[in-house]
Amino acid sequence: MSLPDHHILSALVENRAGVLARVASLFARRGFNIFSLAVAPTEDPRFSRITIVVDVESAPLEQIVKQLFKLIDVVKITELDPRTSVERELLLATVSADPAHRGQVVELVQIFEGKILSVGVDLITVSLEGHPDKLDDFEELLRGYGIVELQRTGRVALPKLDREARVRALKGKAS
Amino acid sequence: MRLTGAQALIKSLEMEGVEVMFGLPGGCILPAYDPLLDSSIRHILVRHEQGAGHMAEGYAHVTGRPGVAMVTSGPAATNMVTPLCDAYMDSIPMVCLTGQVPTSAIGTDAFQECDTVGITRSVTKHNELVMTAQDIPRAIREAFHIATTGRPGPVLVDLPKDVLQNTMEWYWPEAIDLPGYKPTLKGHPRMIREAARLILASERPVLYIGGGILKARAAAALRELAELLDIHVVTTLMARGAFPDSHPLCLGMPGMHGNATAVTALQRADLLIALGARFDDRVTGKVAAFAPEAKIIHVDIDPAEQGKVRRPDVPIVGDCRLVIEELIREVRNLLSAGEARADTSAWKQRVSGWKENFPYTYEPSEPGDALKPQYCLESLRDSAPEGTILVSGVGQHQMWSSQYWRFEQPYTWVNSGGLGTMGFSVPAAIGAKVGRPDATVWAIDGDGCFQMTAQELVTASTERIPIKVGILNNSYLGMVRQWQEMFYEERYSEVYLSTDLPDYVKWAEAMGCIGIRVESPEEVQPAIDKANEIDDRPVVVEFRVDAREKVFPMVPAGMANDDILLPSSQNKDLLR
Repeated sequence: MSLPDHHILSALVENRAGVLARVASLFARRGFNIFSLAVAPTEDPRFSRITIVVDVESAPLEQIVKQLFKLIDVVKITELDPRTSVERELLLATVSADPAHRGQVVELVQIFEGKILSVGVDLITVSLEGHPDKLDDFEELLRGYGIVELQRTGRVALPKLDREARVRALKGKAS
Repeated sequence: MRLTGAQALIKSLEMEGVEVMFGLPGGCILPAYDPLLDSSIRHILVRHEQGAGHMAEGYAHVTGRPGVAMVTSGPAATNMVTPLCDAYMDSIPMVCLTGQVPTSAIGTDAFQECDTVGITRSVTKHNELVMTAQDIPRAIREAFHIATTGRPGPVLVDLPKDVLQNTMEWYWPEAIDLPGYKPTLKGHPRMIREAARLILASERPVLYIGGGILKARAAAALRELAELLDIHVVTTLMARGAFPDSHPLCLGMPGMHGNATAVTALQRADLLIALGARFDDRVTGKVAAFAPEAKIIHVDIDPAEQGKVRRPDVPIVGDCRLVIEELIREVRNLLSAGEARADTSAWKQRVSGWKENFPYTYEPSEPGDALKPQYCLESLRDSAPEGTILVSGVGQHQMWSSQYWRFEQPYTWVNSGGLGTMGFSVPAAIGAKVGRPDATVWAIDGDGCFQMTAQELVTASTERIPIKVGILNNSYLGMVRQWQEMFYEERYSEVYLSTDLPDYVKWAEAMGCIGIRVESPEEVQPAIDKANEIDDRPVVVEFRVDAREKVFPMVPAGMANDDILLPSSQNKDLLR
């Protein structure tokens, strides 16, 4: 699951019908692979942000960015270097946890600072938010108990702020 | 002022200066056809929706204005996919309006429903399903803006029937609000200076010209640049006419069926100045072996073309005309500041030698032998009135047209370059003639192509659009036959059509055209003279030509340009 050489693209798009389909179909048509994708409105209701993780060499990445930018609905694209960005993801998992093992699962959740969302007779649903690598570790450890269902959101990311940039971002329109 | 969506649509088209549109009505687009009766816009009723699309393309090719096509939903929209893709590949400004089932029926698999915006997404520059009548003027304004600016292309607006029927309060948007669409027009000054320096330092420069020059209306600027620097010009299939063939600096078409001089000049150059060209595989041959010693200056309005195929040394994103004008200024500045110009005389001499030794050539037919297609084209060319517009389909006849015609003016050559759409020429010629009624329009077609869209000659006859069609009938899908002969050991598979089925003369006459059949060399000139005299209806001249004739030179697909195959009469050793 860990992606040492992945690229994170953050696209600010107009909040119009079909924009996700446009982005997805562009990837399909040009033969680019999407590893994960997350879409949600931004603070400005006119725009949504699409965070796309792609798994490519750097040369075609330039093509991906340029082709994406040709879409009329795409306003801005930023490539986020994993070293200089904050990345987060959310994981939900339902795990086998009979009374004999429930304590161990709960302990694991506490160590990772996750949450327990629902408890059944022999199942437990937990959540964890954090860096995708941390989620990978958590998932790996849960696997030993038996994962019944698992859903991850795909990563979202924003650039890390240095002090100067933080002042700018607070003043200006975040786009 | 309250208007129906349909009235607002027609009024919006009028506001955009639309004078003519091509289309065919049907269920969902019906509301739009009613206000059309009261409009100044001329509507040309086609026989198949694909024809409407290619007519709009032909019109746009020769006028530079966006072609407009209007058809209904479902099958009409799917019939429009080919012309949309064709226009997308060749960057033709076009606005296509399609009917759609009422908004309440969308998604129910209603009669003649299809996901038009979904289907056409990858073959349009942009498309939009309009969901309320109030949005129509904005959508139309944006469609024309997007189709005609930046790298031009087709835009589709999908109009549900109830959206056309509902009323709205009329307005015309003064401004366009597209935060994600701001084409770069002006080239970067530092890059332009860099380009000027490279040009002055080059001993073997070549101008590699693509269709973008025509889109940018930059033919005059190009000529000034070429003459100022005395640099040879290679005009790709999409750029024929952008630089006069009779000009001593013109080398003509490069590529798979280009002439040996143009191909070799690109191969041996130390600098390619690519203007509005996209390093298409038909030009480059095997990319790794293309122009191996050349540095690249790449000017294109589409940033995605920079580095797509070949990484440029100097990328310049911008409008070709503006960039060339800046480049000319920069070169003049550098020269007057005392910058030296490299000596290009040895190169020029070499190129002249190739030009002399490697013209296009074919073996003329012996008396009693079958007619040669190249001879027909030469005769057509030599009898064509000045400013004749040549339109072609796709295949051998297209290559011979580009090779043997002499293009002296921009916008006199219309063809399907990128997509290679057989059946393009008859409808595209009709569109071209509508756009330029003053010009003679010759469509050169193959017998395979002609059978795909010939029914549009009925449109031409009824609408009194007197185009001329020359069919080079070799009874085969000629280009396929050539490949089967050369690369499949003469195993001819599903490539023979028929010599006399259909009877082209009778067919032409049945469609209201004059039909003429030519079977021998001595009949060629009288037939062409007769065709050129007719100006009140379309003419179809069927030239029965030699099926064995192949297009040369040829760079076989996937091979390096240096592996060019020449006609047997030419000696490749002289290409040094």
